[in-house]
Amino acid sequence: MSTRTLAVVSGGLRQPSTTRLLADRLTEATVRALGEQGITTTVEVVELREHAHDLTNMLLTGFAVPRLQEVLDAVVGADGLIAVSPIFSGSYNGLFKTFFDVLEAGSLAGMPTLLGATAGTARHSLALDHALRPLFVYQRAVVVPTGVFGATEDFGASSSTATGRADDTPAIAVRVDRAARELAPLVAARTARAGRDAFTDPTPFERLLAGGA
Amino acid sequence: MQFGVFSVGDITRDPTTGRIPTEHERLQAMVAIAKKAEEVGLDVFASGQHHNPPFVTSAPTTLLAYVAAQTERIVLSTATTLITTTDPVRIAEDYATLQHLSGGRVDLMMGRGNTGPVYPWFGQDIRNGVPLAIENYALLHRLWREDSVSWEGRFRTPLQSFTSTPRPLDGVPPFVWHGSIRTPEIAEQAAYYGDGFFHNNIFWPIHHTRQMVRLYRQRFEHYGHGRADQAIVGLGGQVFMHRSSQEAVKQFRPYFDVAPVYGHGPSLEEFTEMTPLTVGSPQQVIDRYAAMRHEVGDYQRQLFLIDHAGLPLETVLEQIEILGTEVVPVLRREMAIGRPADVPDAPTHGSLVQKAGGPRDVTVYAVDGVTGRRAEAVA
Repeated sequence: MSTRTLAVVSGGLRQPSTTRLLADRLTEATVRALGEQGITTTVEVVELREHAHDLTNMLLTGFAVPRLQEVLDAVVGADGLIAVSPIFSGSYNGLFKTFFDVLEAGSLAGMPTLLGATAGTARHSLALDHALRPLFVYQRAVVVPTGVFGATEDFGASSSTATGRADDTPAIAVRVDRAARELAPLVAARTARAGRDAFTDPTPFERLLAGGA
Repeated sequence: MQFGVFSVGDITRDPTTGRIPTEHERLQAMVAIAKKAEEVGLDVFASGQHHNPPFVTSAPTTLLAYVAAQTERIVLSTATTLITTTDPVRIAEDYATLQHLSGGRVDLMMGRGNTGPVYPWFGQDIRNGVPLAIENYALLHRLWREDSVSWEGRFRTPLQSFTSTPRPLDGVPPFVWHGSIRTPEIAEQAAYYGDGFFHNNIFWPIHHTRQMVRLYRQRFEHYGHGRADQAIVGLGGQVFMHRSSQEAVKQFRPYFDVAPVYGHGPSLEEFTEMTPLTVGSPQQVIDRYAAMRHEVGDYQRQLFLIDHAGLPLETVLEQIEILGTEVVPVLRREMAIGRPADVPDAPTHGSLVQKAGGPRDVTVYAVDGVTGRRAEAVA
């Protein structure tokens, strides 16, 4: 039985956090979908709140303290990413942005990614596609088509019917399941990435002199 | 092993008094710092090179030549010389001149510089930082070793039959270090030439330093300059001392809390744990820095940042006094314990001349290429 790792980043600020609730729903569905393909998944959950000070310090000093570096390494090294932010002022919150700002450029390239967002009402739901998605496209992550937006009312909607609300939006359980089924095959297909380590395999100087990299 | 101080030459407000020095005061303070460093027996004084406020070090060879005239023994160096945006022809000329005037008491540390606009101010592009460092240094290396250079590259106007004057003192170019925090190409460059590698070390966790020094040492051996443990390594450091460690913390904290680079970020306690910054008694500094060789191997040069963040000159001079009288003599003994006899010291002008088989006058006289006569003979 093969294994994959899934990093889950939650930008929720309160505890308990609705953002984390949504992240957990997305995670369970993804783990289940991978399980159906015979894959065991190791999940690494990152609550950004716990790293808020370290992230600010990293912005200022340029380096991560070890407990933050472990988290950064875990996310970058995962086979898939679920990233969920609360929507503040029309976009992800600042803490969520900070986390993805301090990652080394290019380190999420090719990363299968599922996006989620939460807010008080569904009026903020376009932030998912107008704010979160461009951030991850910039990072060259592979973002699945379905993003899942969880408004407060979703947590009271029925999951037993296909339609959760009067406006014909499918129930959150249906959207979560659809998104997870989009993410799972990409995570399953992820093969080991053997990136060149410039510290063990440096570019010979003759090539640098000749203008190569 | 060499010990010294390096200064970025920043003008920073003293947060405890609100006083901010003038450029004139800061430049004179740097001279006083260099002279004090020599007086207490330190080996090296190094100045930065910057082309924007709050720094006063735009003309390092002018400063270093002035210091050279007022000192006898201390080695004058740079931290760093901007190899990316300074014309290598001017570096060759300026530092060869300084070498003659100082009696060979000069070496250089090359760096790329991290202030974005400096590149366009000097007609360059920061995205070419590494290629600039490689091409410019390759030219500088030739200018000091070949009397007549014809050269063409990407970044500078071509040269045909150019002679950089004065020729290096005694026929031996100044020793060069290359500084970088985490760019493997620069460790590779230092190793290729058999030059020194300097890791600033301060402001960063030690694993960056370890990783870069390890690469440099391996590649130094690869390029046939000696064993990995014989490569020439320098480290930066940052300390503030008082006989009582509590008093050291109490005195330094107001400077730390608002310092450029790391101020308003991690606490003093977190930062001293994470980086080589040591705030405490002289013995604590000795213990911390004597252990550096366990991280990077036996090394050749340790420089301390001692004069930043608005610390007043009298405090800086006291710190240098403590370094020279209480810390460095002990570190010299500690660093010598178990150090293999064939691990070299940092090259000096004297050792390089000896290695070259003695001093040679390599003056290039102006000769008429057609008749073979010197200009003065014709006149």
